[in-house]
Amino acid sequence: MQRITISHGSGGKVTHELINGLFVKHFKNNILDKKEDSAVFELAKIRRVAFTTDSYVVKPIFFPGGDIGKLAVCGTVNDIAVSGASPKYISSAFIIEEGFAVSDLERIVKSMALWAGKAGVKIVAGDTKVVEKKEADGIFINTSGIGVFEKDIICGVEKIRIGDKIIISGTIGDHGVAILKERQGLSFKSRIESDAAPLGGMIGKIMEKTNGVKFMRDPTRGGVATTLNEIIRGSNMGILIEEEKIPVAKEVRAACELLGLDPLYIANEGKVMIIVDPKEEKKVLTILKGHEYGKNAQTIGDVAHRYPGKVCLKTKYGVTRIIDMLTGEQLPRIC
Amino acid sequence: MCWSVPGKIINIKGKTAEVEVSGIVKNISLDLLKEASRGDYVLVHAGYAIQKVDEADAKFTIEFFNNKGKNV
Amino acid sequence: MFKFVDEYRDKDLCRRLAEGIIGISKKPFTIMEVCGGHTMSIRKNGIHKLIGSNIKLVSGPGCPVCVTSQKDIDKAIALARLNNVVVCTFGDMVDVPGTSVTLAEVKAEKGNVRVVYSVQDVLSFAKNEPDKHFVFIGIGFETTAPTIAAAIMQAKAEKIKNFSVLALNKTMPAALKAVLEDKDAKINALISPGHVSTITGTGIYKFIVDDLRISCCVAGFEPADILRAIYLLAELRENNKVSLINAYERAVKENGNEKAKYIMYEVFDSADAEWRGFGVIPASGLRIRKEFADLDAEKIFKIDVGASKEIKGCICGDILRGIKEPKNCKLFGQKCTPMKPQGACMVSSEGTCAAWYKYGE
Repeated sequence: MQRITISHGSGGKVTHELINGLFVKHFKNNILDKKEDSAVFELAKIRRVAFTTDSYVVKPIFFPGGDIGKLAVCGTVNDIAVSGASPKYISSAFIIEEGFAVSDLERIVKSMALWAGKAGVKIVAGDTKVVEKKEADGIFINTSGIGVFEKDIICGVEKIRIGDKIIISGTIGDHGVAILKERQGLSFKSRIESDAAPLGGMIGKIMEKTNGVKFMRDPTRGGVATTLNEIIRGSNMGILIEEEKIPVAKEVRAACELLGLDPLYIANEGKVMIIVDPKEEKKVLTILKGHEYGKNAQTIGDVAHRYPGKVCLKTKYGVTRIIDMLTGEQLPRIC
Repeated sequence: MCWSVPGKIINIKGKTAEVEVSGIVKNISLDLLKEASRGDYVLVHAGYAIQKVDEADAKFTIEFFNNKGKNV
Repeated sequence: MFKFVDEYRDKDLCRRLAEGIIGISKKPFTIMEVCGGHTMSIRKNGIHKLIGSNIKLVSGPGCPVCVTSQKDIDKAIALARLNNVVVCTFGDMVDVPGTSVTLAEVKAEKGNVRVVYSVQDVLSFAKNEPDKHFVFIGIGFETTAPTIAAAIMQAKAEKIKNFSVLALNKTMPAALKAVLEDKDAKINALISPGHVSTITGTGIYKFIVDDLRISCCVAGFEPADILRAIYLLAELRENNKVSLINAYERAVKENGNEKAKYIMYEVFDSADAEWRGFGVIPASGLRIRKEFADLDAEKIFKIDVGASKEIKGCICGDILRGIKEPKNCKLFGQKCTPMKPQGACMVSSEGTCAAWYKYGE
């Protein structure tokens, strides 16, 4: 079994072998092939650019429905897409623990190349560092990404108005539960898979067909409840969502019942939350439902005048209660 | 105090049972039950079956609900 | 269909029950839902807002995590700081404050704290990692105690030497007595803990009905179960009757789970226990018997955490008895908040004080 050694991080011959034999081989594109210190490219007639960065430390690194590489590409692409821009280029830097299996690294890099292709982006810059054993836990990936605005519409929290509709592009909690399932001691058998997916294409279609989108965000850590609280906190408007309209897969609900968790607080990696002008709600829903990653899209609530700065949930029994931001990490509970 | 969910025993191996809880399957211990067999519904708490859930009694409760209080 | 769950979450069934309650309930009264699980279900579904203003629901001492004293948390923290010891705990315990830190903070400091779903997971850690000693923080009432006792017996039988338990388990009757016996307590009826009763049976509440003249109704945890229990208690109240009712027939038998009780008292003895915000309550806890001393973390590791520091100004006891409200406590919202909780009513995410702080009165 070939393993990563300290020399792979030295910058010498062994490093170049790794870069050419693995990264450039799989990521191959005209910009990266030049192997210069920075990627140089033109961005059509530059108007405005969306730029982002993120790090990926998921454990385990391979899980049902994906791996750390797929997550890195999709997460970066989605962060750009939800700003309304269309993703173009991303970078990926690896921090690898001495002894990490090269076959695992290749599997991750291949996955990144595959999903970058599906997302229509190029991986144009990268870096690899190797650390002593136990100084990192296997592999960490840091990315950055850049995208351009095809149309001159600005999405932003300041555009949100009372009466706007809140749409979620599919079932919630799939990713978080898929990861929890694999974690030590919590294992259970089920068909739940991470929903990690590149949403640039789907969101791009929506931006093309309507100007009614006020704001978008991908509800990753902290789940839908935390994302909604982030959006509305400090505003003079409130958000009211309805429990019966929130799509949750049967197995995700069962896992949450078993472990004492709430799907509203569990991470998603392939969903977008869209706040849209009520007149454009139908159009956005139709586009979403016609797309592979939006089949279970649903309007779950709207921006309301009551409870300013708060997110409220109308329970199945008609009672309204406030739902808070996640305080600590959601852990299996007995009470 | 004691978060528990009902599940159906679909397989038994020694003192461990595979219990299906609405689509997911978890291995749980049968140490706390005198006896249990495949097809039984049990209450699962922290990895153990703590009691059997009784089909007949459940029907009794549903009847109460339908009559809303007549047969307390 | 999620059997034995969805039937009891039916919307118009709950509406009819709620209307039934409002219809028959005239005399104002206060019901304590003893169990934290009931409090969660009530708050999550908004049941307290469905039953009219005549009935007040008060959250009881029934969350085994939140009643864990600072001193007991300090013991767990002391164990977590020992070399080669890995402390395993249910997720609820991780943010409960000790005198100075929480297990989460110790986890960040030393890293040897693991969250588990079941004590079974700790036994498999011990078998797979023989070089480390795994201590399980044993919390919970009579529902969880038998699972821990069974694991201790299994460890002894399978000669697993690198496993032990810090026994912080508590039992219901003595605590209920302490809360309800106080003459000022304004509790008229109890929704009794459903899953504790699957083990103990319904007999443990008899003294509350016979001696303290307070009705008890054992209930399940779904909205319809709780509404049915409230309906039955309201009916007793209107007819001036006091009685013990089992409304969780599908899971609770009169004598409970005999085998689980046997296993529990094979491994544990009754003992005094300290409750956060309450002080020591005689015979309200469980201690590992000497036959299993080699699996008792307090015996294996000499941990001395000194005398416990009473949380000055904490009036959780009176809040639980319904005598005082969070706004009467000078710590509330100042020194005691969900981010920095002191007493049990704030530690529990749906305890009376936590609910007041988050959702207002």
